[in-house]
Amino acid sequence: MKTIIALVFFALSFGAQAVEGSFALQKADVDVFDLESVRRGAGYFVDYCMGCHSIKHLRYSRVGKDLEIKDEVLRKDIMPEGAKVHESFLTSMDPEDAVKWFGVAPPDLSLVARARGADWLYSYLKGFYIDESPTRPTGVNNLYFKDVAMPNVFWDLQGLQRPVINTHEGNQVIERLEKVSKGKLSEEEFDQTMSDLVTFLVYAAEPAQYSRLSLGKYVIFVLLILAVILFKLKKEYWKDIK
Amino acid sequence: MAAEEKDKSLLGWIDERFPLSSFVSEHLVKYYAPKNFNFLYFFGSLALVVLVIQILTGIFLTMNYKPDAKLAFDSVEYIMRDVSWGWLIRYMHSTGASAFFIVVYLHMFRALFYGSYKKPRELLWLFGMVIFVLLMAEAFMGYLLPWGQMSFWGAQVIISLFSAIPVVGEDLALLIRGDYVIADATLNRFFALHVIAVPLALAGLVVLHLAALHTVGSNNPDGIEIKKNKDENGIPKDGIPFHPYYTVKDLFVLCVFLIIFALIMFYWPDFGGYFLEAPNFEPADPMRTPEHIAPVWYFTPFYSILRAVPDKLGGVIAMGGSIVVLFILPWLDRGEVKSIRYRSGIFKFALVLFVISFIALGILGTRPATPTATIFARLFSAIYFLFFLSLPFYSTKEKTKPLPERLTHSVIPLEERVGWHWDLVRRILAWVTSIEAYRRLTGVVGGYLKKADGYVEELIKKYSK
Repeated sequence: MKTIIALVFFALSFGAQAVEGSFALQKADVDVFDLESVRRGAGYFVDYCMGCHSIKHLRYSRVGKDLEIKDEVLRKDIMPEGAKVHESFLTSMDPEDAVKWFGVAPPDLSLVARARGADWLYSYLKGFYIDESPTRPTGVNNLYFKDVAMPNVFWDLQGLQRPVINTHEGNQVIERLEKVSKGKLSEEEFDQTMSDLVTFLVYAAEPAQYSRLSLGKYVIFVLLILAVILFKLKKEYWKDIK
Repeated sequence: MAAEEKDKSLLGWIDERFPLSSFVSEHLVKYYAPKNFNFLYFFGSLALVVLVIQILTGIFLTMNYKPDAKLAFDSVEYIMRDVSWGWLIRYMHSTGASAFFIVVYLHMFRALFYGSYKKPRELLWLFGMVIFVLLMAEAFMGYLLPWGQMSFWGAQVIISLFSAIPVVGEDLALLIRGDYVIADATLNRFFALHVIAVPLALAGLVVLHLAALHTVGSNNPDGIEIKKNKDENGIPKDGIPFHPYYTVKDLFVLCVFLIIFALIMFYWPDFGGYFLEAPNFEPADPMRTPEHIAPVWYFTPFYSILRAVPDKLGGVIAMGGSIVVLFILPWLDRGEVKSIRYRSGIFKFALVLFVISFIALGILGTRPATPTATIFARLFSAIYFLFFLSLPFYSTKEKTKPLPERLTHSVIPLEERVGWHWDLVRRILAWVTSIEAYRRLTGVVGGYLKKADGYVEELIKKYSK
C-alpha cells in the first residue's frame, strides 16, 4: 500500500518538473478592492496601452460605476478625447495596420490577465531588456516572452535594462537584468505603477468579480440556515426509524 | 348517482383523466427503499438536480450565446460582462459541468462498492452507462462552444482520434467536423447536438434508468434483497417509503451540496484552472497551437489511457476498451455476493488499486507526457484493465463472508470493524481523544453546538404554533 502511494507521488513529481519555466515569476501585489489602485491603473492603461490594445468588452460607464468614479472625473482623467461614455476601451489602431507594423494584432489585455495570470503580466511588464541583435526591430526582448513583438513602452519610466549573461554548460544564459539608465520613476514607484496597471487589468478581466465576491456570503448564509432547518426536519421524520 | 359520489376535489378531477395519484403513490409514497442508505447513496438524486441546473442555466445561456465562429468567443465575454447576471448563469453552468462528473463518478463508485450492477440490476447499470457516455459527449461538445484556445485544440485532438479508425476513419472525422478542420460548421453542429439532441436523449435515459430502478428496487450497503423479507401486507420489512423519508433526507443533502457548489461558484469558479482552463480565455487561433493541450479534468483518466499506448489506433482502442469494460462489468463479475462488506480481501485490494489508478491516471492526464510519466500511465492503465479482466477468474472462487438475513448498519461502527488497519485507526483515535487539548476543544465546541441547537429548538417551538 505504502509503496503504491510512494509510486504515485514519484510519478507526479516528474510531471510537475516538466511544466516549470526558466525564470521564476515575480509576485504581483494585486488587490482589486483597493479602488484607488484600480483607478490609477485605468488611467495608465489609457495613457500607455490603449494606443494599441483594447478591452473590447468593458465600457467607460461600467468602469465609472464599478470604481465609483464621478462622471466628470471619468471624462477628464480616464476617457480619451472624443470618446463616449458607453463606448468600450477601444484602441483607434486598425488591427490590419497592427499586423502590418508588428506582425501580430495586439491582444485584448483583460483576456491576457485571465489567461496568463497577474504574476505573469507583472513580470512581463518589468522583463524588457536591450537586445541589439538585427532580428529585433524594437531593440528590446523580454525575459518572459521571447521575441515578443511589443516594444518597451515604459522605458522612460523604468529606465533601460541590460541582461547579465553567463555561460552555463556551454550555453549562454541570462542570469539577471541590470539597469543601464535611470528612469523617471524610482524602482518602488515603477513597481507600484505596474502593480496598479495589473490590478486594473485583473479587474477588467472579470468586472463581475465585485458582485460575485460580495454576493456569495449572503447566498451561503441563507443556504446554511436552510440546511439547519432541513436537518431538523429530517431528524423529526426519522426519529422512529430504527 | 355514482358519478356524484366520486371525489369532487381538483385531484379527483385530474385522477379521473390522468393517473396522477397512483403515479405519485407508486413511485414515491409506496416505493420502498432500504432503510440503511449511507452517504454514498445521495449522488443519484444529486445528479438529477445537477441535470436540472444544467438545463435551466443552459436555456438562459442560449438566449445570449451566438453559435458562430466569428461571434462565439465575444458572445461568451458579453454574457460574462454585459448581460445582467450573465456571469452567475455561466459560472453555474461551468461549475455544474464539473459537479456533474464528480457526482456521477461517486455514483458509479457506489455501484462498484456495493455491487449494484449485479443481477437483477444489469439493465439499470447499462442504462446508467449509456447516460455516462452521453454525458461525456455532451460535455465534450459543450466545451467547444466558448471557442477559446483550449476548446478549439481540445476538439482538434479528440476528433482527429476518429481518423485513426481504419477504412472509414478519415470520412468519419470529416463527417463529425463538417469541414477539413474545426470550423464554423463544427461549432454549429456541436451547438445543435449540445443544446437539443443529447439533452433530450439524456432526459429519456434518465426516465429509463429510474423505471428500471423502480422495477428491481434499490440495492443497499449490505447487498441483500429487501424484497425477500416481506411482512403480511407485502411490504419489505427493511424498506421505508421513499417519500417522506428519503425526500427529506435528500433535501438536506441537496442543501449541503449547494453550499459547496456556491462556495466554488462564488469564490473559486475556475478552480485553479481545472473547471475553467486558463488558455480558454484566449480566443481560438487555428494558426497557433497552445504549449500544452490538456482536456478538462473529467476526461483525463481516459486521455491518459489513450496516451499510454504508443500507436494511435492502439490508443483509441484502449480508450474505447476502458469504457467497454465498464459496460460488460455485470457479466465480468460472476460472484454472488454484492456488497464489499461480505466480499473477499482480494476484491477489496483490487478495488483500492483500481481507485488509486483511476485517480493517478486522471492526474497524469492533466500533465505533459514525459517519458517517466508515460511509464506510470502504462502501469496504471494496466491496473485499470486488470481490475476488470481478472474478475471473471477469481470472482466465483472468492472467500466471502456469510450474508445477514436482514439489513445491518448504514455505516459499520468502528468498534465492529476487523483488520489491522482498523486497529491502527482505533489506536490513533484513542491517542487523540486522550490529549487534554482535544478534550477541552470538544468541550467548548460541544457546548456551543448545544447552545445553538437549543436556540434553534426554541425558534422552531415558537413558530410552529
